[in-house]
Amino acid sequence: MTATSPTDVPAPDLATEGSEWLTRIARSAEAVVIPLIAMVSAAVLFSIFLLFLGKSPVEFFNLLWVGGYGSAFSWTNTLVRAGPLIFTALCVAIPARLGIVVIGGEGALVLGGFTAAAIAIPFLGWGAPWLIQAVMFVTAAAVGAAWIGFVGVLRHYRGVNETIASLLLFYIAVAIMNFFVEGALRDPGNPNKPSTPAIGDANMVGDIPGTDIHWGLVFAIVLAIAVWVLMNRTRFGFAARITGGNVRAARAQGLPVGRLVVVSCAIAGACAGLAGFFEVAAIQGRANASLAAGYGFTGILVAFLARQNPLAIIPVAIFLGGIAAAGGLVQRRMGMPDATVQVLQGLMFVVLLVSETLYGRLPFFRGKR
Amino acid sequence: MSKFDLSRRTLLKGSAALGAVGLTSGILPIRSALAAPLTIGIVYVGPRDDFGWNQAHAVAAEALKTIPDVTVVEEENVPETDSVSKSMESMIQLDGAGLIFATSFGYFDPFMLDMAKKYPDVEFRHAAGLWSDANPTNAGSYYGYLDQGHYIDGVAAGLSTTSNKLGFVAAKPIGTVLLNINSFLMGARKVNPDATVQVIFTGEWSLPVREAEATNALIDSGADVITCHVDSPKVVIETAEGRGVKTCGHNASQAPLAPNGFITGAEYKWITIYQQFADMLAKGEELPNFVRGGYDKDFVQNTAYGAGATPEAIAAADAAKADMKALKPIFVGPLKDNEGNVVIPAGTEHAPYDVWLEQTGFLVEGVVGSIT
Repeated sequence: MTATSPTDVPAPDLATEGSEWLTRIARSAEAVVIPLIAMVSAAVLFSIFLLFLGKSPVEFFNLLWVGGYGSAFSWTNTLVRAGPLIFTALCVAIPARLGIVVIGGEGALVLGGFTAAAIAIPFLGWGAPWLIQAVMFVTAAAVGAAWIGFVGVLRHYRGVNETIASLLLFYIAVAIMNFFVEGALRDPGNPNKPSTPAIGDANMVGDIPGTDIHWGLVFAIVLAIAVWVLMNRTRFGFAARITGGNVRAARAQGLPVGRLVVVSCAIAGACAGLAGFFEVAAIQGRANASLAAGYGFTGILVAFLARQNPLAIIPVAIFLGGIAAAGGLVQRRMGMPDATVQVLQGLMFVVLLVSETLYGRLPFFRGKR
Repeated sequence: MSKFDLSRRTLLKGSAALGAVGLTSGILPIRSALAAPLTIGIVYVGPRDDFGWNQAHAVAAEALKTIPDVTVVEEENVPETDSVSKSMESMIQLDGAGLIFATSFGYFDPFMLDMAKKYPDVEFRHAAGLWSDANPTNAGSYYGYLDQGHYIDGVAAGLSTTSNKLGFVAAKPIGTVLLNINSFLMGARKVNPDATVQVIFTGEWSLPVREAEATNALIDSGADVITCHVDSPKVVIETAEGRGVKTCGHNASQAPLAPNGFITGAEYKWITIYQQFADMLAKGEELPNFVRGGYDKDFVQNTAYGAGATPEAIAAADAAKADMKALKPIFVGPLKDNEGNVVIPAGTEHAPYDVWLEQTGFLVEGVVGSIT
């Protein structure tokens, strides 16, 4: 699993000067068309799987549409699920630009959410809601940044594989949360589900007016755009991409590779930590074991589908949010187990990884006919 | 390609029709419709075939499906976050559900309560004793006293053991779990004063590796009957069966997993409650907000005796079932905890409906293990 970007492929020989714009369009189209082909292939493979089970693919994809995008309610359902996926996908996409595969965003989400709920406790009762939210927000981002930043430190200074380290740190994050939630910070009024004390309705982040979608979605979209600007339009982003392309070359140029790795991981962790903040401040109202709902892991799929492009993460998160939203309807109408949707997601992921090998090999996108 | 166009057209038609169905069910009060077809939505936190908590509900759902004019829609593996709000809302909007059973502890607050406020014409019921007067009146709780099943398990185990050492693999040291451990010991001690129960807490509701380790550790320390309170008892029961020791079940029937050593098991009987609710709605009656009970109301049961139960054990357990049906208290003073403190003074007893039981925060004398 390597994260490549279109800039990695060698420049094509241009036949004429005049066809340059055509080549540029063709090369951008490649980044869209290949994932689309991959998705259609996955859909075809999945249809065959359904036919073997004696189920109708037409009905399945119809339900996918109805449950994900067929009505105002379905859109709400989809967008509510897309918000946290954008945050956690950014946690994968940012380090991926440096060739670092972080899959433990769920850990930063859990710890960010937990520390946000914990830091709010001394403020409850006297602090203004904006103050409490601000403190929670900063705490969640900082803790998330420290958590994944530590993965970067391990990777750069100790040579520890960041994929394994971040995954294992997820289990440690859950254990740390459980330790406090079942001990020192346990709400005595909640005997059968260990949780931190509730932050209270007044301190919760509200919904976007006229919808059931909380502000986390808007913030996630703004953040994704900001990250895109950072990675594509700043010196930091340029240096990060150089490092991802060739570490030795980056070092030879005098780029601070270690700092780039750690800072990128920290920014990534902050994104996942913020997913935890919104999970606590907009949804749960307290921290408990329900924080680990799997958004961090689905975010990996989102980031890879989006080819680690922060802007592409937004539509892809909405796409996968829609599949998740429709998953329930598929279960109910077709009497299929929940694993059905996971099979579809798994097929998509595998086909996508296979399709990575196609980049730069299809002459059409190289401006040759 | 023409096939795709065709399907897209039917797809759009279908979605429009479904949208209309969702709208009507949102506007028309389903509750007041007498003997109208009822759609019941059930949400599970794990897989329906987990040999445990979720399966106990799913078995009841299967029975509900046989009632005429009742449609059951189910969703499994729904996490305790706003996913569950949206799953419930989707059942209401897209399937026209008029009654929702939310079966996991964490679904209640804030998710089910929010939905109950948003959809006042839909009935919501949650499987734990959490509802209070402060909550919406179209919401409620239902719960079974599974500790009575564990007490019966204890009676049968107490007469099926030869080492007098019983083992208990438990998830977290919280009230309901501690009550089940204590009830198991009380049952065993009733028929076998020498019996002890060794408990190991795994710390999580579902941690299969740790559950297997705990089971093996208990057997290695001499236990010859193993039971548990974890989300899915499958691993515990299979591990114990593999080691050749006897087992008692929890939540659902694990009898098929242990053909040689299964004694009996504490099981919920949710269908009693579900069927009552469906019948009441069909007659246009208001559902009660809080329903709880044990053997007296047929809300819990014990799995049919397996090959591990001795004839004496079966006779004693049947007698104990009659006691439970007659609401005979399990916890009668004087009773000490396993640190020597008196927890129930002489002359005091706690009958099945006593909320004191649900706040259990100790292990009774005879249980080997510690909460902290």
